[in-house]
Amino acid sequence: MAENAKLTSAEQIVVKFTGDSGDGMQLIGNQLTALAALDGNDVNSLPDYPSEIRAPTGTIAGVSGFQMCLGDHKIYTAGDAPDVLVSFNPAALKHSSKFVKAGGIIITNSDSFTEKAMTKVGYESNPLEDGSLAGYDVKAIPMFTLVRAALADMDMPNAAKDRCKNFFVMGILCWLFSKEKQLVLDFIQEKFGPNAKKPKAQVAEANTLAFKAGLNYGETTVMFQERYSMGAAQIEKGLYRNITGNDAAALACMAAGAKSGLQPFIGSYPITPATDLLHLASEFKDAGLVTMQMEDEIAGICCAIGASCAGNLAFTTTSGPGLALKTEAAGMALILEVPLVIVNVQRGGPCTGLPTKTEQSDLLQSMFGRNGDSYLPIIAANSPADCFDATFQAAKIALQYRTPVIVLTDGYIGQGSCPWKVPTLDELEDLTPYVNFWKPEDHPGEEYVSYKRNSETLARDWAIPGTKGCQHRIGTLEKDETGAVSHDPMNHQNMTEIRKAKVDNLAQVLPELEVNGADSGKILVISWGGTYGAVKGAVDRLIADGKSVSGINLRWVWPFPPNLGEIISSFDKVLVPELNMGQLSLMLRAKFLVDVQSLSKVQGDPFREYEVIDKVNEMLGE
Amino acid sequence: MADTQLTKKYFASPAEVKWCPGCGDFAIMNAVRGGMVAAGKPRDEVAIVSGIGCSSRFPYYMETYGFHTIHGRAAAIASGVKVANPKLDVWVISGDGDSTAIGGNHFIHVIRRNINLNYVLINNKIYGLTKGQYSPCSEMGQISKTSPYGVIDYPMAPLKTAISMGATFVARSIDAKMKLSEEICVRGGQHKGLSMMEIYANCVIYNDGAHKQLVDKETGANFNIILRDGEKMIFGTDNQLCLVQEGFGIKAAKVADVAEADILVHDEKNAEMASVLAGMRPDNGLPVAFGVLFADDSKKTYDDMVYEQLDAVKAKRGRSVDDIMQEGHTWTV
Repeated sequence: MAENAKLTSAEQIVVKFTGDSGDGMQLIGNQLTALAALDGNDVNSLPDYPSEIRAPTGTIAGVSGFQMCLGDHKIYTAGDAPDVLVSFNPAALKHSSKFVKAGGIIITNSDSFTEKAMTKVGYESNPLEDGSLAGYDVKAIPMFTLVRAALADMDMPNAAKDRCKNFFVMGILCWLFSKEKQLVLDFIQEKFGPNAKKPKAQVAEANTLAFKAGLNYGETTVMFQERYSMGAAQIEKGLYRNITGNDAAALACMAAGAKSGLQPFIGSYPITPATDLLHLASEFKDAGLVTMQMEDEIAGICCAIGASCAGNLAFTTTSGPGLALKTEAAGMALILEVPLVIVNVQRGGPCTGLPTKTEQSDLLQSMFGRNGDSYLPIIAANSPADCFDATFQAAKIALQYRTPVIVLTDGYIGQGSCPWKVPTLDELEDLTPYVNFWKPEDHPGEEYVSYKRNSETLARDWAIPGTKGCQHRIGTLEKDETGAVSHDPMNHQNMTEIRKAKVDNLAQVLPELEVNGADSGKILVISWGGTYGAVKGAVDRLIADGKSVSGINLRWVWPFPPNLGEIISSFDKVLVPELNMGQLSLMLRAKFLVDVQSLSKVQGDPFREYEVIDKVNEMLGE
Repeated sequence: MADTQLTKKYFASPAEVKWCPGCGDFAIMNAVRGGMVAAGKPRDEVAIVSGIGCSSRFPYYMETYGFHTIHGRAAAIASGVKVANPKLDVWVISGDGDSTAIGGNHFIHVIRRNINLNYVLINNKIYGLTKGQYSPCSEMGQISKTSPYGVIDYPMAPLKTAISMGATFVARSIDAKMKLSEEICVRGGQHKGLSMMEIYANCVIYNDGAHKQLVDKETGANFNIILRDGEKMIFGTDNQLCLVQEGFGIKAAKVADVAEADILVHDEKNAEMASVLAGMRPDNGLPVAFGVLFADDSKKTYDDMVYEQLDAVKAKRGRSVDDIMQEGHTWTV
């Protein structure tokens, strides 16, 4: 038995997994995420995979990755440079070794470094032996050899045994990060044991053996000089689960239905990276959620609008090119003035672009991607868990104002995961007051008038089909207050102004923005949606370093919150980091006539904190 | 509400009808109102969804719930309305441009799903509202604003498409045959499942006389046949013509020239035959088929299956919203 490795306490650790797509990188990543979360850490993760389902094996194009950050404090992103990289083959190593922090650990499967595999990715000599990785702490482990030895007594082909290498690595990591091994053993039973959806006794046993072999390998070899322990993060008390943004949004559709008393309805069409939302939501039939997978994106939003017209709480889910297809119908919901929530999980554009990669590509499309003056509220989720709240809030506003609302998430937060404090249905806001269908019995002696409005919200009176005596016609032509088609010029002026005012009015009831840091100073960094984490982390560090920097996050991206202009005017300079070519910057410049600086990144990858810090320092002249 | 109060007038809105004088849509609206009377729902439980086009102004003229939507999408919107509230009697009113061009995708899939909708496809073989361009149903050689030298697109046969998509009710009429039009709207309105009713209409402005051959007082009867379930397929000005089988198809013959037993008998439940009937055209030597080409009540509707599935999953899994939110690995801080 080796001398016990030194136990070092760590505040946060960034781990990255890379391997062939189809090699289970997302699975092992999610397992470690869940393991850390169950152990009390805060976690944030980011999957990164190619758009091909089974890209050619052993090639750089086919590398699938998963990065995560675990910490003993609030974690806002999946981290900057990895402290630990697990790369399962030469392609994966070649793809990701350059990202690793200087001196960081690289764990790799030396059995996969065959001549052929190395030549395929252009390694002229073996990087594990030629000193090219000298700046890193490389652990070249013959994983196939060790796993096959551990499973020597099992009657299964070597290829199947080799697949157990992921749990072998989980064993090593479980030991390295001092995690509770029972949690992993429980996972294996849940996934493959007798009570699993598809029980596979042999796979359960093999993975258990491989996992234990990994644990023992960490403990008994002298390969690791240090192991790490990490305290639990200080987080709000409550029941937690780890959740992706897409799953959180799916739950919110169901929950908003329950809280509004309306049948929740999703009309949709499969599109990456939003499809997971529809997958999960399709399972909620027992909770009364209706999902219709339609023939195209247009039919997806159209059937949702039909369902809304008939009194359901309707959602449609999509990603960039799908939103483009839904354009005209979104305008229909807007001019009909019926509630609708459009969840858009943004991806790299334009057109098909980078389907599996993140980008804040659709802010301007969401703002202006409809004909006519067609403003609608836009809310941006700022973390995987926040996708629940953002979608729920969107449903509330859609009902209250009789308007379509766009929820912007993105590939990063849609597929990334973090712990989520699970609310009970009782704790969520009651949405029934916002439903408020027009019924004759509530208005004795009054005739129903379809575009008569609430004086505060400007929401129109809304009677759904089936309401006795309220039959009426609405349509996509301009109409007057009675719903009758009107080509009167002044009526169109008036209706256009009302539709805009309705959305503008929402700003008056939005919560005021809170500034992270001082209320005035040299630089204000503005985040929205998926950039929240990196900006929050960066601003916190800059403030800790004594810099005159503050941050704000826009949750409602349209309308702008009421105190935004005042905050902006309190700083010398404004920086907006965005995963696009400066879309919010454009809007802020137009609205506030301020010389906003844009930090733009369109590499299919979220910001790292250091990128924001470097830019701020440059602006500070430091 | 007592059935006796359900009259065509009861379904008429006070709005002024703005179709051109002589437009076929007037007669069709009358037929649809008849269908609604027969369907038996009070007007506040009826929803009409239309797309864009002359015929899509229809909902404004009906004293029901009405949704005048966007071009080509009425079928998808109506699908949402019906699934969201299956108690409603939902009618789709659409034209040939709306249904077979821009809305072609929704047209085939709404039929495939067999959603319990009443779908009236008003076919005037022209775009009227945009002032006279050819549609997918226009005839080869037809002159229009966008085909000044004649159409060179082969025309679509919407009912043949409907049958190939598994339609459970397929019927055809023409504006001039008012009684027949109402008859098919009554049958269609009562059919459980998607009822596809194609009604030929005359556009007096941009395609006047498009169906002249079929309605000619002297000879029209030689070019169309009114199908009756269980009856021999005989037609013509003097009932002198009939349909007989030829190979896998049908040919027209003189009654005098064939054995009586060889004359085909219409069977509404024969989908293969319906497909052939739906494709009959005078330029192939066959009469246009009117009446109910196909009707089958045995297929479950999508909207029924949606709720059956909800109930089945409720019975099997029975999770509450809280149960679902708390699934997976949870931990308490």
